Order: sequence, then structure tokens, then C-alpha cells
Amino acid sequence: MGDERREFGFHTRAVHAGQRPDPYTGASATPIYQTAGFVFEDTESASAYFNLQEYGNIYSRIMNPTVAAFEERIANLENGVGAVAFASGLAAQAALFFALLEPGDHIAVAKALYGGSTAQLNHLARKLQIEIDWVDMDDPDGWRKAVSPATKTLFAETIANPGGNVLDLETAAAVAQEVGAPLIVDNTFATPYLCRPLEWGADIVVHSATKFIVGNGTTIAGVVVDSGEFNWSNGRFPNIAEPSSAYHGLRFHETFGVYGLLMKLRAETLRDLGAVLAPFNAFLLLLGLETLPVRMERHVQSALAVAHWLQGRPGVSAVRHPALPDSPYRGLVDKYLPLGAGSVFSFDLESGRDGGRRFIEALKLWSHVANVGDTKSLVIHPASTTHRQLSDEELVTAGVAPGTVRLSVGLEDVDDLVWDLERALRAAREATVPA
Amino acid sequence: MKEFQDPHTILELILNARTVALVGLSNNELRASHFAGYYLQRHGYRVIPVNPREERVLGERAYPTLADVPERIDVVDVFRDPAAVPKIAHEAVDVGAGALWLQFGVISPEGARIASEAGLDVVMDRCMKVEHARYLGRMHWMGFNTGAITGRRAVASPALER
Repeated sequence: MGDERREFGFHTRAVHAGQRPDPYTGASATPIYQTAGFVFEDTESASAYFNLQEYGNIYSRIMNPTVAAFEERIANLENGVGAVAFASGLAAQAALFFALLEPGDHIAVAKALYGGSTAQLNHLARKLQIEIDWVDMDDPDGWRKAVSPATKTLFAETIANPGGNVLDLETAAAVAQEVGAPLIVDNTFATPYLCRPLEWGADIVVHSATKFIVGNGTTIAGVVVDSGEFNWSNGRFPNIAEPSSAYHGLRFHETFGVYGLLMKLRAETLRDLGAVLAPFNAFLLLLGLETLPVRMERHVQSALAVAHWLQGRPGVSAVRHPALPDSPYRGLVDKYLPLGAGSVFSFDLESGRDGGRRFIEALKLWSHVANVGDTKSLVIHPASTTHRQLSDEELVTAGVAPGTVRLSVGLEDVDDLVWDLERALRAAREATVPA
Repeated sequence: MKEFQDPHTILELILNARTVALVGLSNNELRASHFAGYYLQRHGYRVIPVNPREERVLGERAYPTLADVPERIDVVDVFRDPAAVPKIAHEAVDVGAGALWLQFGVISPEGARIASEAGLDVVMDRCMKVEHARYLGRMHWMGFNTGAITGRRAVASPALER
């Protein structure tokens, strides 16, 4: 028993955490429990499960052993007390905000944010009367200026999509602690291999597991990981500390302690919103996590090589990779992302909107895809796709130039990736440069 | 705090304890103490309620204080205000209990010191139900991080085994 205390390394935990080889069959891979319901042992057990007095499987809209193995593995890698998985990253976020917020609450959110999250929060704000302050995360006083005694959540991405802004986690966490609100961090672009926000004072981590976690673009999924450190009984979160009308008067924080939020999120929010992760998708995510550290090492190495190569190329006016020596985020990268700053970044073509279009059309190896974090290298030109409705002026306000191209560097040979980029840059230079 | 959250001590207590006195065990099914008491009883521990305001809880006779309990106590599991803990710790020492276990949020460095200096095992700010479920039960079915890393085949039906 003396070796019970061994602290296993990240690679080991990525392969093993959450999985216990199946007791009945000995299956060495995690079985896919493709079942809606579970047979109860007896009526007493059934009541105990429904009352949350005993941990037991009831129905796959609330819990499922394959999904639970994924949840435990990502919680372990993020150094949290547990996790709840959802059908997508946006479903995970929606459920979390639904559990935490009440009408009239205020939240502070980084302005540099994935467009889908911005749209979702604006939508939530309108429907649920939530007030949002959009924060310049590059301003050291940005968070302090945005919060008020009504603030219930601070929300930002570790590495922002697509701008590559790096969050100063400790500064944001300090403000969150002062105001008594949880700091929630979307760690999609960094993954727990490159950065573990909970270790820098964040309270909750969310992921789009669709990206590097599954790693191969096969699966839409999301997850919430809780540190268990936040004091929900600080008088500001009656929805978690006080008796819940949605669960026969249960006080989630008092009864389940550090597991209170996650219990509420599962037994109440997931139960009611229903955006559950499918067992087969959880199986794919478990396979993905097994190789996460190995893949991320190559992803960051290749992305930085491509960024260096792009710098100073004819027709390229700016390269925004946070780990480049001249990046304004270099100091934060050294502190929070010492193993690398991810593999998604953007650069600007001098030849604008038309150049961007020609660039994409000339690529043979890179795929034109609205996703990131795949084994395959992906590219998108926001001005002709995701931001197509905006004028050149509106694009600048959104932080996207007409010639901005976003890359997600995959696991192919860097020489092949660069060969293709060089051909496309040549094509882009033939575009009519706007006056 | 970490010295009172030692995984080895916790596992030893969960594996070897038989009789657990729950100080502050409530008849209210929604209180944390009732959740823990129900669970521990279900998993084969002898649960003894210690609560002057209750006559019976979970089918067991309740005693006003630890001194009134007429049998040996392996673990004194405390669900009370931290301010009440030093007195309970002295009582636990006096009745010869094997361990003092302070639940989530029951943080009393003084109480821990009193019990620890008298030779009792001490666990603080941890839940006995959760720790049982982490090491022997089904907590992993709820997506919680048990910390378990193993390549060995699991024991069949561990839920109700001790």
C-alpha cells in the first residue's frame, strides 16, 4: 500500500485515468455502454440513486459509464475534482451559465472570444436579462474596470480564437477572487497539456472537446471541469447554496461540498437541458486523450515552424502567433504556456479580401474547413466565410483584417505544409491589391 | 491541512473501521449528515447517531454524547460547527475512539491537534462517504476524479463490497 501515493505523470494519466479494465469481461479498451437505461438491483437501490444518496447509473441522459470514463480522464488531466460532459462545447457553456446565473446578474467577458461564444452570450443576455461587460483582456486593469458587486462570472479563453491573445490568468483570478465570482476559462486552444488554468487560480474550465481533445475532427463534444475550490456559500450563489426547488429542496454545496456544482450540473442542468454526450463519442474522445500529449508536442512544434516561415514572406504583412519573439504575448507564453502556444494562429495577406480568396483556392493539401485542432491542417479566410457579411471597416472592428487567414497546423510533414503555402502565397500576390 | 488528508490514512480507515459514530447526524433526509449516514450504513458500517435532539436516526438509537455510547467506536465522524470540535475531540479521546474524522467544511486545527496528540488518526475537510466511493465505490460513474490509475482488472460488483 506504500506506493498508493505515487503521482503519475501526464502521459500516464492521459492513457489510464478514468478507465478501470472491465471487471466482467476483462476488456482492455473502455467498453461502449450503448444503453439508454440501467437495470436497478432492487427498489431500495433505485430510490437511493434518484435521491443521490448512492452513486448509481439511472439513465444515460444523466450519466453513462463510457461518458464517465472520459469525464474522469479530462478532470484528472486538468487537475479538477470532476467533470460533466456535453454534446458540444457550446452546450457545455450554455449549461454552465444556466446553472450559475440568474436574471439581473452581470458577467465580465473577454472581448477577444470565439465568435460562437460571443453570439451565444449575447443571445443568453437578451433572453435571461444578463448584463455583459466586454473586457479588453490585454489591458492589465481591464478586468478590474469591468467588475462590479453584481458580477457573477469572469469568462475568457486561455488563447483567444482567432487573435491569439493570451490570458493573464493570475491577474484575472485575483480580480475574480476579490469580487467573489468564479473565473471560467475556455481552455480549448491550449489543452491541459500546454496549460492547466485551475493551477493558476481559475475556478472552472470549459472545453470544446471537438478540437485537440479528440484530435482528429471526428466528434462534436464539450465538457465542464470544476476545481472544487470556489466557495458557493459566500452569499452570492443562492442557486447552488440554498435549497433547490428543482431538486426537492437539496442544498447542493452543503450536501456535496467540493462536488456541489458538478452534482447540480449533472442531476439538474444536464437532466433538464438534455444536451448529453453519446457513449460512442465519449469512446472516441478517450482514444483521442490517450495521444493528446504526443500530438500536442508535434502540433506546437510544427505551428511555430510554419509561423517562422511565414514571417517576412512577400505578400505577408503580419503573423500573429503568440510564441513568436516579437509577439506582445511572449512574456505570458513563457509564464503560462512554456511547452508551446498551441497550433492555431492567423496571419494577414497584403492583398486583402481578393487575395484571401485566391490563397484558399490555390491550396492543395490544406483543407478549407470551419474547424481547428485536427490531425489535418486546416485553413479559413474569415472575410469570405465566417465574417462575410461585414464591410472592410466592420471587419477591422471585429479584429479581423480583409486579408486575415487562420491556420490550424496539423500533423503532416512541415515541408509539405510549407510547399503548399508557398504556392498559395504566389497565387495571392496576383490578386488586385485594393488602393 | 494536507497532513490531515493523507490518502493512506483515509484508505486504512475506510477498509478497517466497523463502527462509526456520526456526531450531528440529522433525521432530515436533505442534510449532508443523513446522506453520509445512509451511505455508510448501506455499505456495511455500524452507524451510531450522536445527537441530543434525536431519539432514533436511520433505525439506530441516538445518544446525546460520545460518552453515552456503550460500545467501542472506530471513527468519530463530525458534522458540527467547527467551534464545537475541540470539545468533541476531547470526548473522542476520552472514550478511546480510533480516529477523528471532520467532514467537508468542519475545519478545526485545534480539534485536529487534540486528537492527533492523543494518538488518534485525524482526517479533516473530507467526506467519509466520498472517500469510500472514491476508493471502493462507484464515484467514477459520476465523472469525478478519483485519482485512480490502474491497469489491473477491476473487482466485479464492488459497490456493496467492503
